[in-house]
Amino acid sequence: MAKSMTRHDAQLLSLSFTLNGRLQELDVEPHELLLDVVRDRLGLTGAKRSCDVQVCGACTLLVDGRPVSACTTLAFEVRGRSVLTIEGLAENGKLHPLQQAFIEHGGFQCGFCTPGMILAAKALLDENPSPTEAELKHFMHGNICRCTGYKKIIESIMAAAEKMRGNG
Amino acid sequence: MLRRFRLEEPESVAEASELLGRFGESAKLYAGGTELLLAMKEGLVQYERLINIKKLKSLSEVSARDDTINIGALCTHHELETSMLLQQKVPALHKLEQNVANVRVRQCGTLGGNLCFAEPHADPGTLLMALGAKFIAEKSSGKREITADDFFVDAYETSLQPDELLTEIRVPVPGEYFRSAYLKFGYLERPSVGVAVAFNLNGAGLADVKIAVGCAGPAPRRVAEAEAVLSGKSKDDAAASLAEAGAAAGRASQAMSDLHGSQEYKEHIVGVLLKRAFQSAAG
Repeated sequence: MAKSMTRHDAQLLSLSFTLNGRLQELDVEPHELLLDVVRDRLGLTGAKRSCDVQVCGACTLLVDGRPVSACTTLAFEVRGRSVLTIEGLAENGKLHPLQQAFIEHGGFQCGFCTPGMILAAKALLDENPSPTEAELKHFMHGNICRCTGYKKIIESIMAAAEKMRGNG
Repeated sequence: MLRRFRLEEPESVAEASELLGRFGESAKLYAGGTELLLAMKEGLVQYERLINIKKLKSLSEVSARDDTINIGALCTHHELETSMLLQQKVPALHKLEQNVANVRVRQCGTLGGNLCFAEPHADPGTLLMALGAKFIAEKSSGKREITADDFFVDAYETSLQPDELLTEIRVPVPGEYFRSAYLKFGYLERPSVGVAVAFNLNGAGLADVKIAVGCAGPAPRRVAEAEAVLSGKSKDDAAASLAEAGAAAGRASQAMSDLHGSQEYKEHIVGVLLKRAFQSAAG
């Protein structure tokens, strides 16, 4: 990785990665967090900062298809990788089945947890298209919602899973 | 908010060790970052340099060698929870790894980082003690073996020397009569108490009993007083002695009151978990 110094003694790392299918190239300092880069420098504000300690899941992004807490991921870590945010989930204006199911089944109220919730659910369904409710709860227990009581979230994910399996 | 730091990215264990020696306490090893970055964001610790060791790819493998399963220190919890080899050879550790924190922490966090950070409220160290694991510590001038029992010194403190890296965790492959289980309980994000039980069970009864308690006190520890209660007993006699063993384990656990429960509460939970872990292991 190219390293260079500025007169302010900042170490700059050249970061090249794929964001929602498009190549991004920018310089970051080692301490910059992925969440700040995505929200403040690249303008994608779907991922939220909430607990800031990897407990709540509101900042969930998918890196190479796997969920990470962007609040505690150093931005340089995604070099050469593929990052998906909630803004990249719909294709050609058509909502992803998970997004559509959350609308149809009332899977959100205030919506703050929803981007992370849907991305985590996508990671689950990509690796396990037919989860049991116990498997779903185990995978999703690190994503916290303070509105819904979770029942409608579970229903939404299960409905999306069925649709994605071609039974919808 | 993270303060500015410089990044070093060594290509070898020797180079990483040299960097540790050169920069001393102003630098810290960085792997998954799931513990370290939280402490840095809170301002509890501050470093001028982080030494990213994730380029040391040889430390990310799980392999079977002779009588041990060797786990590279950089294996993430997710790599371990999806390792067929671990599932087959050391199922108790595989199950523990499936239940570490949450899916995002498991994705980034490494087993080695978990052990080296030595956060008191963590899972793996406790079970690794009961399994009789050994840890490999390396530096530029050589390597040595540290038993899991000797690795944990205090909260956030291990017996690694300042320029040593934990590179490998070696777990004895369980034999035919080996039984083990790890159980934890907690109502916050981290466990309040964890108990690991391991023993050999054949016609002659229980042998090689190892019981470890984690999270209750400042560091995971073996509780010899409880092991002595069960050692040499038949399965049924041991099952009838679980209240005594649990009480002994609670007293020996060095439990201390914190956000996760009072000393008295934790000592009680140690007893409850010991009983259930024994029953789970003995079948």
